[in-house]
Amino acid sequence: MSEVYIAGVGITPAGEHWERSLRELAFAALEAAANDTERLLGGRAPAEALFAANALAGQLSGQAHLGVLIADFAGLRGIEAVNVEAAGASGGAAIRQAYIAVASGQVETALVVGVEKTTDTIGGRVNAATATAGDSDFESVQGATPAALAGLLMQRYLHTYGLEHDVFADFAINAHANAKANPNAMFRNTITRDAYARAGAVADPISMMDVAPECDGAAAIVLTSRPTAVRVVASAQATDTLALHDRPDLLGFDAAQLSAGRAYKTANLGPDEIDLFELFDAYTVFAALSLEAAGFAERGQGWRLAVEGQIGRDRRIPIQTFGGLKARGNPIGATGVYQVAEVALQVRGEAGASQVPNARVGMAQCIGGIGANIVTHILQTA
Amino acid sequence: MEISRHWRLRQQRYGLVGEVCPHCDAKIFPPRDVCPSCSGEAKTPYVFSGKGEVYSYTIVHDPPEGFEANAPYAVALVKLDEGPILTSQLTDVELAEVKIGQRVEMVTRKLREDGDERGMLVYGYKFRPTLATAGA
Repeated sequence: MSEVYIAGVGITPAGEHWERSLRELAFAALEAAANDTERLLGGRAPAEALFAANALAGQLSGQAHLGVLIADFAGLRGIEAVNVEAAGASGGAAIRQAYIAVASGQVETALVVGVEKTTDTIGGRVNAATATAGDSDFESVQGATPAALAGLLMQRYLHTYGLEHDVFADFAINAHANAKANPNAMFRNTITRDAYARAGAVADPISMMDVAPECDGAAAIVLTSRPTAVRVVASAQATDTLALHDRPDLLGFDAAQLSAGRAYKTANLGPDEIDLFELFDAYTVFAALSLEAAGFAERGQGWRLAVEGQIGRDRRIPIQTFGGLKARGNPIGATGVYQVAEVALQVRGEAGASQVPNARVGMAQCIGGIGANIVTHILQTA
Repeated sequence: MEISRHWRLRQQRYGLVGEVCPHCDAKIFPPRDVCPSCSGEAKTPYVFSGKGEVYSYTIVHDPPEGFEANAPYAVALVKLDEGPILTSQLTDVELAEVKIGQRVEMVTRKLREDGDERGMLVYGYKFRPTLATAGA
């Protein structure tokens, strides 16, 4: 087994890119990652494999087969290329496939590019497409969107622990506060407790301020066995039931526990040694459950870290350091790549105004479906 | 149009037919042929009573394509009296009055319309508040 390092990373603005296509977005991210690699390694690192990450292009753009689409457009004709789809966890899953390829010695250098385009269609069709991440026969057919499933989860969380909806406010407020320093973030406006309380309902108790905006975006990273400043010390994936209703323990977020647990074991680290945690706040309730599942809080206490101000960039466990999904934006299949690229910048000390002080170990975790497929990566300064 | 798919699921959609595990007696819905409790093979059909209670719920204001006409509507996790939990819309109910623990029963309703006037109407189970019966 080879050690696996991160060379360049490329992050492009998340948002509404009416003027740019899937392939153009992906190519911009690959170019940025190639330039970053050249700066770090003093030369280009020719890659032998490309792993694309995309969840919805087949449904929203009528375009599948993104491995080839992107390799062709990027001038990489001939390269081994494939698309990895795992709903919201596609980005992390593609990185994991690239990690396995490099660690095995099959390839020395692999490219990962996550790309998503949600603005080629609007409204109900996007909701119908994202709902395909759930159980089509027994959830989606009832009109249960991902937001509705998150609503079921949040309602049960509030009921079980005897809480009010506003315990989740600080996850949204922290995300927007952190995004101010990130030029690639979709939303850089401040939100107040009052605005959170007044936000319109999406799927009660989930309001607009609990939901991360789905958007366009692309990010890329270069994984290699050539030593760089950042080593991937853990790569782990775990699954749960596809349908929320099939879970014996609804609030356990078991796949997150398994995935983080496997990552901690591989890296021989625990939650106390993690300097920042890019969690998957597609819904504020996910943030609370992920903090609990990854060992930063006891069960039913994840919200408390937010309310007590422990999630800021210079606090106990910084999350959403570039704005998280809520404010950076959620380009669904690409999001997992954004997260790992952001963590790489943090542990390199190159996060600029978003920098977490003295960050050496960072964790990124992305989630497919309603907690059904969860990928965790831990990066450490080499 | 997904005619064969909805036809294939007719026993579940209209009759709440699941399975019972011959090894550990766990009741299973939807049917999955491998018992989630003991991992044994479970292919014995079992008809659920259609009675249960609301385990969690949400009100959907931002519907997917095909459900626009119903919005806002309630979606619930319904815990069946026999044990399993399923996802179902609630019907014949005041949205403001839905609550966890509420008793509900299965009815058959239209779930969605596929496209234009020639599109398919998909029927299936929804749950409504349990009606009071004579003498109850």
